[in-house]
Amino acid sequence: MLVNSSTQHPTEIQHKVAEAIGLPMHSVRVEIRRMGGGFGGKESQGNALAVACAVAARQTGRPCKMRYDRDDDMVITGKRHAFRISYRAGYDATGRLHGVEFTHLVNCGWAQDLSRPVADRAMLHSDNAYAIPSIRIESHRLKTNLQSATAYRGFGGPQGMVGIERLMDHIAYDLDIDPVELRRRNYYTSPVKPQDGGSAPRPAAAPRGISDKVKTADNTTPYGMEVTDFELHALTDQLLESADYAARKAEIAAWNATQTNLKRGLAFSPVKFGISFTLTHLNQAGALVHVYQDGSVHLNHGGTEMGQGLFQKVAQVAASRFDIAMDKGKITATDTAKVPNTSATAASSGSDLNGMAVKAACDTIRDRMAAHLAECYQTTAEAVVFAGDRVHVAGEEITFEAAAKQCYEGRISLSATGFYKTPSLKWDRIKGQGRPFFYFAYGASITEVVVDRLTGENRILRTDILHDAGASLNPDLDIGQVEGGYVQGAGWLTTEELIWDNKGSLRTHAPSTYKIPACSDRPDVFNVALFAGENREDTIYRSKAVGEPPFMLGISAWLALSDAVAQFGDSYPVLDAPATAEEIWRKARRLSDEFDDGV
Amino acid sequence: MTITFRLNGEEVVLKDHDPSATLLDFLREERGLTGTKEGCNEGDCGACTVMVSDTAGAKSLNSCILFLPQLNGKSVRTIEGAADTDGTLHPVQEAMITHHGSQCGFCTPGFVMSMVTAHKNGATDHDVQLAGNLCRCTGYAPIIRAAEAAEGQPVPQWITKDELSIATKDSNMPRSSDELAALYQAKPQARLVAGATDLGLWVTKGLRDLGEMIFLEACEDLKQITISDTHLRFGAMVDMNRMRAAIAPYHPSYAEMIRRFASQQVRAAATVGGNIANGSPIGDNPPALIALGARLHLRQGDSRREIALENYFIEYGKQDRAAGEFVEAVCIPRQADRLRVYKLSKRFDQDISAVLGAFNVTVTDGTVTAARIAFGGLAGTPKRASHLEAALLGQAWSTASVTAACAALGSDFTPLSDMRASAEYRLEAGRNMLLRYFDDRNGGSPSVLEVMA
Repeated sequence: MLVNSSTQHPTEIQHKVAEAIGLPMHSVRVEIRRMGGGFGGKESQGNALAVACAVAARQTGRPCKMRYDRDDDMVITGKRHAFRISYRAGYDATGRLHGVEFTHLVNCGWAQDLSRPVADRAMLHSDNAYAIPSIRIESHRLKTNLQSATAYRGFGGPQGMVGIERLMDHIAYDLDIDPVELRRRNYYTSPVKPQDGGSAPRPAAAPRGISDKVKTADNTTPYGMEVTDFELHALTDQLLESADYAARKAEIAAWNATQTNLKRGLAFSPVKFGISFTLTHLNQAGALVHVYQDGSVHLNHGGTEMGQGLFQKVAQVAASRFDIAMDKGKITATDTAKVPNTSATAASSGSDLNGMAVKAACDTIRDRMAAHLAECYQTTAEAVVFAGDRVHVAGEEITFEAAAKQCYEGRISLSATGFYKTPSLKWDRIKGQGRPFFYFAYGASITEVVVDRLTGENRILRTDILHDAGASLNPDLDIGQVEGGYVQGAGWLTTEELIWDNKGSLRTHAPSTYKIPACSDRPDVFNVALFAGENREDTIYRSKAVGEPPFMLGISAWLALSDAVAQFGDSYPVLDAPATAEEIWRKARRLSDEFDDGV
Repeated sequence: MTITFRLNGEEVVLKDHDPSATLLDFLREERGLTGTKEGCNEGDCGACTVMVSDTAGAKSLNSCILFLPQLNGKSVRTIEGAADTDGTLHPVQEAMITHHGSQCGFCTPGFVMSMVTAHKNGATDHDVQLAGNLCRCTGYAPIIRAAEAAEGQPVPQWITKDELSIATKDSNMPRSSDELAALYQAKPQARLVAGATDLGLWVTKGLRDLGEMIFLEACEDLKQITISDTHLRFGAMVDMNRMRAAIAPYHPSYAEMIRRFASQQVRAAATVGGNIANGSPIGDNPPALIALGARLHLRQGDSRREIALENYFIEYGKQDRAAGEFVEAVCIPRQADRLRVYKLSKRFDQDISAVLGAFNVTVTDGTVTAARIAFGGLAGTPKRASHLEAALLGQAWSTASVTAACAALGSDFTPLSDMRASAEYRLEAGRNMLLRYFDDRNGGSPSVLEVMA
């Protein structure tokens, strides 16, 4: 049974199809060349179509194809898990948090699907960037008669972060402390040895509670993981400066004072996103590399390409291991017959896992080649150098092509598998303790908006982003992920509103009614840069995962809208998400009315 | 029907072809040209965009809601024809690669064809040209960088040389309003097809059989715009892009609304007459026309009549149009520009209005002497706010009296709640639009669209 599927998870398709038609997995082969977009929506949602087609094909002996019309697709398939989050917090006059309680009500829909890990990840991101001495996070996973909610970029992380970022904003408003300053006071501390050689920033104000008994936050997360790579102090400093935050804040305040119906808002939000599947065994990957006798290289790995640039990054890794030109390598379709037991291309893990697996496979072949050539030229393997499309050995310089041919004729295996598993992970899900993540990816954004209280209409005027991709494997691709992630995240929190009618039917099931950002919705001024640095953990060339983290940079757009709405009165707007024009109008009206009534 | 057109430079003749087949299905299923994508199949995402050229020039159009007979005598270029036959890429394709304008790639062919068309036409208002192309991956920034990079580069000769074919004659493709009048009188049960931006969905989403179809595309005399000392006259087949350009010097706020009326592709297909004739309660054009006192010209055979546009809309789904009668034109009396049109939707571009308000108030010596105010989205038809108008008439043009008059809107409308907006928001936003109009007329606050960082 051959299945062509637009899926992020070929192995799961293989597994489900095999189960459905009563054959072992070896009898089902799943191939995926390219996907179109993924974003998590193709992690599990392709199963139903693949199984239906496989059953029909097996019964009829003929090929079977199925795809959903867009409206059917949106009616049937899962969406991001909707959360209702409530919070209670204790903090002192300096804005230091002492204790927080979060309750998450998670709308999982009719089936479990990925709800458990999604809701878990939301809990694991309820601290975001802040050291909180005492925290209680309750998560209720609710079964409802709606579409079964599924994975979507961030996988619960964004929901968890929205909770704490709203809280930080709320406290800053309450204490009339600059929201960035308040956040910095609560940040985790930086590692003792920062990357840039400067001194390690500490929180601006030490906790000064009303009682000596108040516990000082250590640098561990609520789930007991030491934060050893916290980059946000330096990153925030740089961003505030490049975005000219202080001056613009003053200018906006002055402009707002001259306006009645229009107000501008400005907000900052940081991201600290845990990288690794929280189901530890998924953190593994395999690769298959062949070097042919003409020196060309065929690559295959378990990751899938959905536009994120994974294949390009992995090809760069392979080219760099042999130091050959990029055009020497070719990545072929992801295929369960070539690399088995793969994990979904998800959790931002694609290049971390598959890059390392390909590196291992390439190194195996390179070492075999080096050993053989060393023998031929009577030197040591260590003295064989692959550089600039050539192999340097014992004073000779031969082309990579000639080296491959020589190894082939010397009966050296030029094919290897590579395997990688993420080290250092230890996670006890039931206790909620351990190290579920290998490292954290960081970023921060500042968004400026304008709103009109008469209708709630609003726009993003400017966005500045500094994002940590470690030592980026490909800055162009990473910038693409950051820009796209931000706009997608901002869309999620603003215009993207799902409406079900009283019968439970989804009313927003096409682009005519479900409004994702259009071209003119991107920020007028959009400054995106990568934070100079490298991963403190030993990842592929010290890079960091970049698929999901930038999505949460969009939170600053929502907070900026809240800041603008707050200008219409003198109480906290309590803006909900998605902040549609109607939601903004409603909250602005409430604030104005209260203000007029002198409430 | 027999249909002739050029496809990527080659003549295509289709004999006895199903007239309700869309270009997209034809390309993908009959020609194997699968570069053109089906994203939504209702003209909202632009993945299926192609370039269509005729004597009036090149347009980007959504092939998913374009019936094949609409192409008769024209030239179509798909993504497969964007590059030269020897593989030389179009400058916008080169720029898209250089600037990483494509991630997952699904929207890319549609973007490229919108960009190829804009490039050919020398258009550099990229946000407007690309408002009808949705991209989920890139956040649009690199696509705009690519479009800017391609600006000013010469239009490749394989794009400029596109020739038109000779239109096939077909009795259901009349070539003048006289032919149409006779034909429709003889076949009043037939379905008139103008731009098909609404009718297309009846086929692709409603899976309906449209029965006999009469295509109006060749009725050149219905595409006339006439500007006299007394009137602006728009033939029924004037498309919304042309109307936007024509109205801009006279009523700029109206033109700005038309920019947001729909995407470039939809505006290029949608017609003035079709938007009125189908009687949609959320069609954006009628409220503005009603506020300007537009008159509708209807024709049945050789008999013509003229009515105030607001009287055409009787109730939801019911219009004052007899069997075999069709919209020939709409006329706007020339007047000083007092019109402001406010379109409220969840998203600025390519979105159906929650509320559309059109305001035309005459103030003489500080007193309101005439008021024409019409709304879409607040009732089953586009409708004048007569109570609101009455509340303003004879009153001072002041903050106090305008604010007091707002309450009257509740007597005019009892809007519904749906996925676009709640009833309360619709009504309140409608009232606030009057406040905004008052500010606007007094040089007050700008729109959020005009504020810069």
